[in-house]
Amino acid sequence: MRGWFLPLAVAFGFIFLYAPIVSLVVFSFNESRLVTVWGGFSTRWYGELLRDRQILGSAWISLQVAFASATLATVIGTLGAFVLTRFSSFTGRLLLTGMITAPLVMPEVITGLSLLLLFVSMELTLGWPAGRGLTTIIIAHTTFCAAFVAVIAQSRLRSMDESLEEAARDLGAGPVRVFFDVTLPVIAPALVAGWLLAFTLSLDDLVIASFVSGPGASTLPMVIFSKVRLGVSPDINALATIIIGFVLVAVLIAGWLMRRALRKGG
Amino acid sequence: MSQPAIAADTKPWRREGATPFISVRGVTKQFGDFTAVADVDLEIYKSELFCLLGESGCGKSTLLRMLAGFEQATSGTITIDGEDMARVPPDRRPTNMMFQSYALFPHMTVEKNVAYGLLREGLKKSVAYERAAEMLRMVKLEKLARRRPDQLSGGQRQRVALARALVKRPKLLLLDEPLGALDKKLREETQFELIKIQETLGVTFIVVTHDQDEAMTLATRIGVMKDGKIEQIGEPREIYETPNSRFVADFIGSVNLFEGKVDAVAPDMMRIETYELGPVLLPPQAGLTLGQQVWGAVRPERFAISRSKPENTPNTWQGVVEEMGYIGHMSQYRIRLSNGVLIRASQSNRLRDEDPISWDEKVWISVQPSAFRVLTR
Amino acid sequence: MSAGNALTRSAPWRGTAWLMGKLGISGRTLVIAVPMLWLGVFFLAPFFVLGRISLAEALIARPPYTPLFERGPDGSLQIIASLENYRFLMTDALYRNAYLSSIRVALVSTIFALLIGYPIAYYIARAPEPKRSILLLMVILPFWTSFLLRVYAWMGFLRSNGVINNTLISLGIIDAPLRMMQTDFAVYIGIVYTYLPFMILPLYANLTKLDSALLEAASDLGASPFVTFFTVTLPLSLPGIVAGSMLVFIPAIGEYVIPALLGGPDTLMIGRVLWDEFFSSRDWPVASAVAIVMLVLVVAPIMWLQSIQNRREEG
Ligand SMILES: Nc1ncnc2c1ncn2[C@@H]1O[C@H](COP(=O)(O)OP(=O)(O)OP(=O)(O)O)[C@@H](O)[C@H]1O
Ligand SMILES: [Mg+2]
Repeated sequence: MRGWFLPLAVAFGFIFLYAPIVSLVVFSFNESRLVTVWGGFSTRWYGELLRDRQILGSAWISLQVAFASATLATVIGTLGAFVLTRFSSFTGRLLLTGMITAPLVMPEVITGLSLLLLFVSMELTLGWPAGRGLTTIIIAHTTFCAAFVAVIAQSRLRSMDESLEEAARDLGAGPVRVFFDVTLPVIAPALVAGWLLAFTLSLDDLVIASFVSGPGASTLPMVIFSKVRLGVSPDINALATIIIGFVLVAVLIAGWLMRRALRKGG
Repeated sequence: MSQPAIAADTKPWRREGATPFISVRGVTKQFGDFTAVADVDLEIYKSELFCLLGESGCGKSTLLRMLAGFEQATSGTITIDGEDMARVPPDRRPTNMMFQSYALFPHMTVEKNVAYGLLREGLKKSVAYERAAEMLRMVKLEKLARRRPDQLSGGQRQRVALARALVKRPKLLLLDEPLGALDKKLREETQFELIKIQETLGVTFIVVTHDQDEAMTLATRIGVMKDGKIEQIGEPREIYETPNSRFVADFIGSVNLFEGKVDAVAPDMMRIETYELGPVLLPPQAGLTLGQQVWGAVRPERFAISRSKPENTPNTWQGVVEEMGYIGHMSQYRIRLSNGVLIRASQSNRLRDEDPISWDEKVWISVQPSAFRVLTR
Repeated sequence: MSAGNALTRSAPWRGTAWLMGKLGISGRTLVIAVPMLWLGVFFLAPFFVLGRISLAEALIARPPYTPLFERGPDGSLQIIASLENYRFLMTDALYRNAYLSSIRVALVSTIFALLIGYPIAYYIARAPEPKRSILLLMVILPFWTSFLLRVYAWMGFLRSNGVINNTLISLGIIDAPLRMMQTDFAVYIGIVYTYLPFMILPLYANLTKLDSALLEAASDLGASPFVTFFTVTLPLSLPGIVAGSMLVFIPAIGEYVIPALLGGPDTLMIGRVLWDEFFSSRDWPVASAVAIVMLVLVVAPIMWLQSIQNRREEG
């Protein structure tokens, strides 16, 4: 693997990764409606995007869902990870292990369908949830995102020096205090990463949301999908460009913060 | 160190009927089928600095963790100051622990680490920080109070850990290899500091170590552990001079062991026929029967090496210096006897310009009868 | 000493502890119960509902399936369950083909992702520090942007008047546009593109752990770089290859969005069949049966393989 082959293969790989994204961005500034034929520079699609109530409304719904489910998933995932790493034996341990890891390998169509069927039969027997909408999407996203948070939290909890918790116990803190005073602050960076991952996964999800949402609660991916299905449309390019720009800025800020923290710490 | 008037005051274990401060009775700890600590009995007195010494994996940390309350004993009882600890969780025990890894909270400053235990006691913030500052002065870290643990050197971290464990004035301080992570020089300095602090505060210490020199320097008494059992408990001198088994004799310092049988017993003398040295004469010892298998143990420094045959002892042998090592304050020798047995001996170098005994010289080695320690196991 | 009584003395904990003591619940039980209940209700229970509905028949009603219990003429409760849906899945070749073709598509995509991902991971693992972090970030970056929009980007790329065809025609390499959209080829590209970071990251993690002294030892013993790669690097990176391949294969096999957007009408994938059965045919019982079969044939073996892998890592 030396000489020309490796650099060439790597260059090809990165072109493969970035060429579609770059062309997406370039054609978002295209005057022409024909997305792939250059008709001169223009920002008209951005204007059109900002006037599109459907897209703006669904983006707002998506953000709400992502925020709520990332937060809930972080709580549930962290508790699950904590229980599995710190309590050596309890009834149902094997079951919990399975339920926490299984969502990672579950095809989205199955998760979506089975949850919808659950909601429908719960509504029939218990009267709750009445219809489907924001609540059911949040529940569904929380459930599958919790698994991802749990994986991250679990690996951090395993690598954490357990004598830190013992030291706090030894100095007179009860179990609850130890969790909030020591465990939580120490694993906090991992939980932030888990929250961000859950937030992204929730924002990104189309399949599960399509199953469990109801009328009036379309998430952004659902709206994009229904538009894109009919063919390429330039305002979607504009939307993609905005999202990419947003992610880039976020990553740059995160990188800058991280370097600053490192410099301060060292 | 001031010399006490009556030895029994500072050495309560020598006094018949003294009440121990901590008593461990028949304590066993099993992990599944594996027995980490086996039927340990231990009595520790107030203000002692007790060292637990033993090889890696012999159960020292496990015993300590049972005292701190992190592990539940499989059987047996632990009482501290007359109180049974069986159902007392670690946060309510009158003990504090200094961890092998120090376990300093990485997200808190030095000051916050030290004050943490006081705040848990319900002390007011101002009082807690005042006492933490006082403790930090004692370990000479007052200047670093606002730093975080990752901005400290190994030695500084060690002192923060000590301060944090001591600030609550526990009845019992447990130290798991407190000096293990320090380099040799810092370690020796810190040993004396540790003794000074312990004497100032009068707190009872149990220190775990696998370094025998450290144990000898620090301890009022030492407990030597092997495979989860306590082999011998005694003052450093006792352990060194009168080990009760080959394991202890070999573990503390170095030793020459000679296997043999009790050959003759007279009121003022006893003879042991050894495989390595032939007959050896030594003072009689109680509890030995004729023909019993025993081991004679001699420390290297108890051998005298000379060019001419010594007259003052019946136990003399001839040999050749096979190896010699100069360490500065002393020299170590390996001497091959005519029957092929190798003897470890050492001599202190008191004079500078004496003509030292060296390689390939024919020498006499001798040992006083009283320098032999007879071991039965 | 008074030290330990902090727990009982601080007010908020005292109240909670008192309440829980009254109810006979320990804090430990409570902590276990939260994730256990949530996942039990919203992850495990749905599968029982799924199984139950797969035994029903479709109805044009709300809900669109027959109930499981029915009162017989004599008033006794009868269970109505039929394996009709499963029989249907077995007789109709569409479903069998969809399962098989899903496995094929996922497998082929995984192999391509490995072939493209391995050199990149290897290169990054060997790169000096600032370059290494930047390249790694560049691999992860697309993952943080929308998955749907990345698939959409390929639509603009592969269309008959898309970027690739336009470029090739203007360069005079081809006369007529190639048909790339709505083919299996487009689906492979979409899957490889979407899941490439999942292949690269575990490979990278594995390859950085590879001790460069091993490579030096191999060349010291006379192995050419080529031989060293195949006798040392590749075998040692096998765990990374397995982990990365799993991460691509697993989501690929149930994929819906990529075949729906990039594939043609004849691109059969089981996720897509399930979706259509549910949303287009509105046949909930058959969709449930498809899901159950998928669980048994696809998900269960994957979980079994993973548990073996985990055990091997621990043991
Ligand atoms: N939680 C546990 N589960 C199973 N075995 C354990 C556990 N903790 C300790 N052991 C075993 O018990 C034995 C004693 O361990 P311990 O930590 O007390 O040794 P130690 O004397 O402190 O050794 P070291 O000097 O290396 O610290 C070891 O063989 C260890 O493997
Ligand atoms: Mg230990």
